[in-house]
Amino acid sequence: MSIGVGTVGKNQRKLSSSEINCMHVLVALRLVPDTAEEFELTADNKDIDREWIGFKLNEFDDHALEEAVVLKEKHGAKVTAVALQGEGIDRLLQTALARGADNVAKIAHDMPPPVPAPAAARLFAAAAKSIECDLILTGVQTGEDLFGQLAPSLGAVLDWPQVSAVSSTKVDDGAVIVQQEYSGGFTATHSVRMPAILGIQTASAPPRYVSGSKLREAMSAKVQSLKLDVELPLTVSEILAVGFPESAGRAEMVGGEADVVADRLAEFLRERGFVNG
Amino acid sequence: MPGVLVYVEHRDGKVLPITYELLGAARSIATTGFGELMCCAFDADPGTLVEQLDGADRIMLIRHPALSPYNPEAHAIALQSVVQSCSPDVLLLAYSSVGLDLGSVVAIRMSLPFVGYCTALQVANGALDAASQLHGGKLVAKTRTPLPAIASVVPGSFDENAGKIEGRGEVIDIAAPEALTALRIHFISASAPDTNQIDLTKCERIVCVGRGIGGADKIAIANDLAASLDAEIAGSRPVIDAGWLPKMRQVGKSGQKVKPKLYIAAGVSGAPEHLEGMKGADCIVAINSDAKAPIFEVAHIGTTCDLFELLPALNERIRKS
Repeated sequence: MSIGVGTVGKNQRKLSSSEINCMHVLVALRLVPDTAEEFELTADNKDIDREWIGFKLNEFDDHALEEAVVLKEKHGAKVTAVALQGEGIDRLLQTALARGADNVAKIAHDMPPPVPAPAAARLFAAAAKSIECDLILTGVQTGEDLFGQLAPSLGAVLDWPQVSAVSSTKVDDGAVIVQQEYSGGFTATHSVRMPAILGIQTASAPPRYVSGSKLREAMSAKVQSLKLDVELPLTVSEILAVGFPESAGRAEMVGGEADVVADRLAEFLRERGFVNG
Repeated sequence: MPGVLVYVEHRDGKVLPITYELLGAARSIATTGFGELMCCAFDADPGTLVEQLDGADRIMLIRHPALSPYNPEAHAIALQSVVQSCSPDVLLLAYSSVGLDLGSVVAIRMSLPFVGYCTALQVANGALDAASQLHGGKLVAKTRTPLPAIASVVPGSFDENAGKIEGRGEVIDIAAPEALTALRIHFISASAPDTNQIDLTKCERIVCVGRGIGGADKIAIANDLAASLDAEIAGSRPVIDAGWLPKMRQVGKSGQKVKPKLYIAAGVSGAPEHLEGMKGADCIVAINSDAKAPIFEVAHIGTTCDLFELLPALNERIRKS
């Protein structure tokens, strides 16, 4: 595994069609707490206790990785997956290799998780410059983006065009043609000149299944660490407290075996006039 | 005089409901003796928008062909220009695709702090106090951010009606920034949802399956129940993304906002993005294995019973009726 070293300037450059064939896509991946798990709070009530909970790949990043591999298959791109250093990151990046990434690297830093988007963007931006990429894909959001989203933050730091909530991509003569999704099922298609950043909501295809043997093979790969000279911004917002939402307790909860619950739900639907009899 | 600035979201000449929520939220801050309520609208021809924005004291307009239809780069440039010209204490945007595009960009370019996923806002002692939903609504974070600050607001958190009254409606034209002539993003086309085959927004009864259904082959049991109830089948985002149901059947933020008489959610946890699309249903039945799932906060009746056992049992009883 090797990471090319070079720089990408702020100015736009139009890629020729031969360059598109070796387009370099960087995918920024993040591990997030698995919301299927029971959360506990830290003693100071300012975060969840991250010591014992499980983490998983942010689901939108999963789609971003898939879209990068789809682009590689369609256009012959090179894909490098990067993540901020932390527990479980080597395994995450090895899985990305098994999924079709060509290179992986973790970015060294000394911030406690979760790294706020403005700081994460500076770290990923420095990585993007050092590996000379044309396109950055990442998930449109995570469930813990309290202080901003990564994709637009990267757009501002690098001064590259950025589109959030993207659901499909294709490359066309130095630009990436993207579909952006809005509420209510409305969409728009934009042409975005590269280098560019996309916040992926849904990949063109569901994230692929990776066979056990491919995964085992990737687990032996060594993950390179990128040490970058980055000045990180201070977070001026203060977290006063984190807690569980107060329950409005609206729902009548029905317990018991399936037959007992089915009886009560059928009765409920009858009372409300949705079922005759 | 500084105050609160709202970014106006609109489509096809109509101001979107979330904008009125933002104006309502801004008004609640402004009436605590905290400056003016300003809003900014960007369009090639914003005239029709002005008459819909009576709730604001000042309406800042930028006219330029590049601003319509919506273009993420053009609107970020315009918004930055307005923020520079009126220096608001608080800028409010929606938690929407457009808000995601713009909020963090303007925050970083102008070195302003940003707080996302807000459901409650208050300004006191020179700071913005916010409550934000985290981890799909499983947690609430309370934060304090020094002013000036940018916040994005979860739709459904504030009263739309409060954003339609009280404003002076003074219109101020702001010169279009030169950068709008040198964009790297170009709009190509737009499409509206295909409602020819199915329009969930008009359905009276919906059975919606979530990630908990586990696979495309399992949707048949929910389909059977839907058929017995004369309901339409729908899915939450993970179900649509996995290709188990077509996009036109998606309920939630990136799908349809529905208001049926009956909504049965099976295996749906109820992330804020899903609740945004269905919490207005008259009657909500929720089936989910996690007793702490947010869907139970909006449901009228719920159970943690195994849905693979429950749905066939319930269907049997309904068919007999």
